[in-house]
Amino acid sequence: MADDADRTKLTVDALSAVATAVEVLPTNEGFEPEIIVFACHYCAYAAADLAGSMRLQYPTNIRMIKLPCTGKLEVIHLLKALEAGADGVYAAGCLEGQCHYLEGNLWARKRMGHVKTLLEEVGMDPRRVEMFNMSSAMGPLFAQTARDFTERIRNLGPNPVRPRDGFEPAEVVRAQMGDAALPEAPPDDDTPAVTPVTVEEGSKR
Amino acid sequence: MITAERKPFDEIYAMTEGHDEVLVAGCDTCVAICLTGGEKEAEILASEISIKAKSEGRELKVEHTAAIRQCEWEYLDMIADKVGEFPLVLSMGCGIGIQSMAEKFSPKLVMPAVNTNMLGMPQEHAVWLERCAACGECVIGETAGICPVVRCSKSLMNGPCGGSHAGLCEVVGPDQEETECAWALIWERLKAQGREDLMFANRPPKDWSKSSSGGPRKMVREEAKPI
Repeated sequence: MADDADRTKLTVDALSAVATAVEVLPTNEGFEPEIIVFACHYCAYAAADLAGSMRLQYPTNIRMIKLPCTGKLEVIHLLKALEAGADGVYAAGCLEGQCHYLEGNLWARKRMGHVKTLLEEVGMDPRRVEMFNMSSAMGPLFAQTARDFTERIRNLGPNPVRPRDGFEPAEVVRAQMGDAALPEAPPDDDTPAVTPVTVEEGSKR
Repeated sequence: MITAERKPFDEIYAMTEGHDEVLVAGCDTCVAICLTGGEKEAEILASEISIKAKSEGRELKVEHTAAIRQCEWEYLDMIADKVGEFPLVLSMGCGIGIQSMAEKFSPKLVMPAVNTNMLGMPQEHAVWLERCAACGECVIGETAGICPVVRCSKSLMNGPCGGSHAGLCEVVGPDQEETECAWALIWERLKAQGREDLMFANRPPKDWSKSSSGGPRKMVREEAKPI
């Protein structure tokens, strides 16, 4: 009988040890990923606008940073986003072959690939960063990409460098990028964002 | 220019062991041009180290800086204050820069974050080829502007050897890429210059004492030394 009691005790001890271990493991339950999206002014940002106009639902986890072109994106911007605690980062540029600046989106894809290599070096899952392409007419794709990527990051769990509380990775990245990131809204004054060009009849352009 | 490649990350990260403050120091001259160790790359390495440390729950202060040129005392003066704040510096300069830092800030620990590999030229964007061995006695005047010391796999002064075939060298590089036979290139260009006779000149053994075999070299320009 004594043996049985010991055995029972041992089992209880073992179970409680397992329970403790499980408790300290990071859990995905209730985890809301913080995701930074670098969006090209000419396509993904307009696609996001369209998704909004179409009343499409997409997760509120994403924080957009508008770029004149994804080609403006540097390796350090992606690393800083992750270093500041973002759980996932992606860039959305024009469809390949349709970049407003010809090859900016191809450069972004290349740099994204390089960042994946760097993340592997430091032991972070490279799936936390990704490059997507879409046109300004692809509002539904924008919403679907946001949903899919949020789900991917939800499954990956929190970024291991995520601070416990009080962090705004998007703000850190904005500060890092300076003028490279476009402002969210046009300036308050009456100056139009783009100066209209008048072309006189018969003039050569 | 001098080219270098960054060391593997694990090797660099191991250097930070036992430290809680690290400065990554780039150099904005040669290693910046070859996209290895300029300020941009120093910031990237600092960020990588920081991510790795944070993910391990390690308290590590990592910052970056860059000297315009790590191999000159005056430029090192400009980053001296920053360097002074950190017990460990990971230098991304070439071997000259790293040694200059180590000497200037002795006995501070200055560790190399790059492997300096050659004196190369950018053949195209992001591709560098070795072009000079700094051997101390240039012979390319006789070899049609093609250096046999560095471009012939065997550094032959009287080539080509029997391993030259169809313009290619029998030695295959570590990346399995075929190497052009330097002496085939020399022959073709000498012909184009109408100087084929130089191919048949007998060149005596090279004086390697003028290269690194003669011990550390020193150059003094008396006319330019401060009064």
